[in-house]
Amino acid sequence: MKNAFYYKSKKILSNTLIHIFLISVAVTCLYPLLWMISSSLKTQDMIFKDISLIPHQFRLENYVLAWREGGFGRNFFNSIIYTVSVVFGIVIVSSMAAYAFSRLRFIGSKFLFIMFMAAMMIPIPGSFVALYVLLNKLHLRNTPAGYILCMINVGLSTSIFLLKTFFDKMPKELEDAARIDGCSKIGIWWHVAIPLAKPVLAVVIVLNALTVWNEYILALIIFDDRSFMPLQVALQAFQGEFVTNYPLLMAGLTITALPIILVYLFMQKYIIKGVTQGAVVG
Amino acid sequence: MKVRDTLENYVFVLPAVAIFSIFYIIPFIWVFQLGMFEWDGISFTKIFVGLGNFKEIFTQDVNWWHSMWNAGYITIIALTFQNILAFMLAWACDREIKMKNFYRVIFFIPPVLSEVVVGMAWRFIINDIDGANIINRTLIGMGLGNFAHNWLSDPSTALTTVAIVHCWKGFGWGFLIFLAGLQTIPRELYEAARVDGASAWQSFKKITLPLMIPIMVLVVILTVLGTMQVFVLIVSLVGGEFAGHTSVPVLRILASMRGSSRFGYACAQGITFGLVLVIISFIQYRFSKKGQ
Repeated sequence: MKNAFYYKSKKILSNTLIHIFLISVAVTCLYPLLWMISSSLKTQDMIFKDISLIPHQFRLENYVLAWREGGFGRNFFNSIIYTVSVVFGIVIVSSMAAYAFSRLRFIGSKFLFIMFMAAMMIPIPGSFVALYVLLNKLHLRNTPAGYILCMINVGLSTSIFLLKTFFDKMPKELEDAARIDGCSKIGIWWHVAIPLAKPVLAVVIVLNALTVWNEYILALIIFDDRSFMPLQVALQAFQGEFVTNYPLLMAGLTITALPIILVYLFMQKYIIKGVTQGAVVG
Repeated sequence: MKVRDTLENYVFVLPAVAIFSIFYIIPFIWVFQLGMFEWDGISFTKIFVGLGNFKEIFTQDVNWWHSMWNAGYITIIALTFQNILAFMLAWACDREIKMKNFYRVIFFIPPVLSEVVVGMAWRFIINDIDGANIINRTLIGMGLGNFAHNWLSDPSTALTTVAIVHCWKGFGWGFLIFLAGLQTIPRELYEAARVDGASAWQSFKKITLPLMIPIMVLVVILTVLGTMQVFVLIVSLVGGEFAGHTSVPVLRILASMRGSSRFGYACAQGITFGLVLVIISFIQYRFSKKGQ
């Protein structure tokens, strides 16, 4: 006889199995990161002997050494500067364009918009070769400005798409009111449209910040000088030099990963929104 | 007044169009131009070879097609192992279950990390030194010491190891999109099926799967595009092409450009690779249209 007790215990059993499955995957996700952080706090010989996740003593000097000796301080600031300037550039340039595509009438607007969207869908894996040649000609290779401009271009299409979709759904009344009050087009964009678009701008900012912070290939071909490099490329050079110094390398990895994990934990709502929306584009 | 008004509208799109033209369109055109030349990237003279570079790729370049096969191998593992895992996790989370949000936050941590960080951290965990090699230690602990070895420096396991780390980094992304898709399915459908006496498996087969097909196609196409172009993970995990054992198309293009200074050939490889990707996505798209 299948009674209520049977169904209840069956449900508890299946829920327990599901939780065991989910928790084991979650542990697999976190373990390498905890291991990386824990190793960054050990000494070189403790790494071989002490395999517990919580070290017996915390060696914070590893971070000081990585920051100074490893030159990571410099590369950390480079990454911050590139991320901030690229994101700022993308926000201004793509919100202007998206506003025009959504609200203003001019010949070729449809064509230009389709062009930006097409760029999102056509993969050109060899384009960095031509970009290298172009930057050489413009004397922008091995300069921060060259890298920043290239990275603004990388984020343009997706950002324009996200912003235009938002502007299309936004009610026009406030803009009309501002126009009647004698506000110029630029004024309406800046004082009315931008403040209203805050939720989608947050998505644009977080998504692009992730992309720039984690970017590798363009930084690799653009920069020769270590002093210009962002963290991701510098890590590779660092590994070459300190090949056996694992605690220092792990400290460098933690310095690179921690800011992005923190940003993610605080802004996950926007990231998840951006990823699911961005995927629908393709 | 009218003219000024229109000109003002163009001012809005000018910065975006200017940056896009210089850093996207010009390189795009140059890739096709350079692909027809033999050029070392420095000298003033480029030698026109027409389709010679492409002829070389298709008739002589064994390494290139081998790298394509390697990328395909990683892609097949990502398509099966990574996506099935992602779907199962999404399905498990798409119900009344405690700590749903906790799991969602944790699963998406690997995708936000850079490939450099992921590769170097995993390299440290599974290779180089026996003392810190957790996988090997576990194997020895379980009495399976015979299976313990240097996963990344053995040619026969290096590529599979790369593929598994790639899946570790990527499954959270598929999970998120599958979960978003599952949540759009109206609960009433499941309720109605339950009332009609359908089992969990039947409602999964008759409701969940058919409604999820468009999302699955999307994830499959994006997985293929993303995985075929993998290379940073390989650089940070293995250190490079490992005498061809872990070479992939993007690493080959980089090698043509920086290693042998053949810029034209690198561009030709890029075009070939781009075409392959476009054709694969197109076939998948058509295939899914037919299936529906």
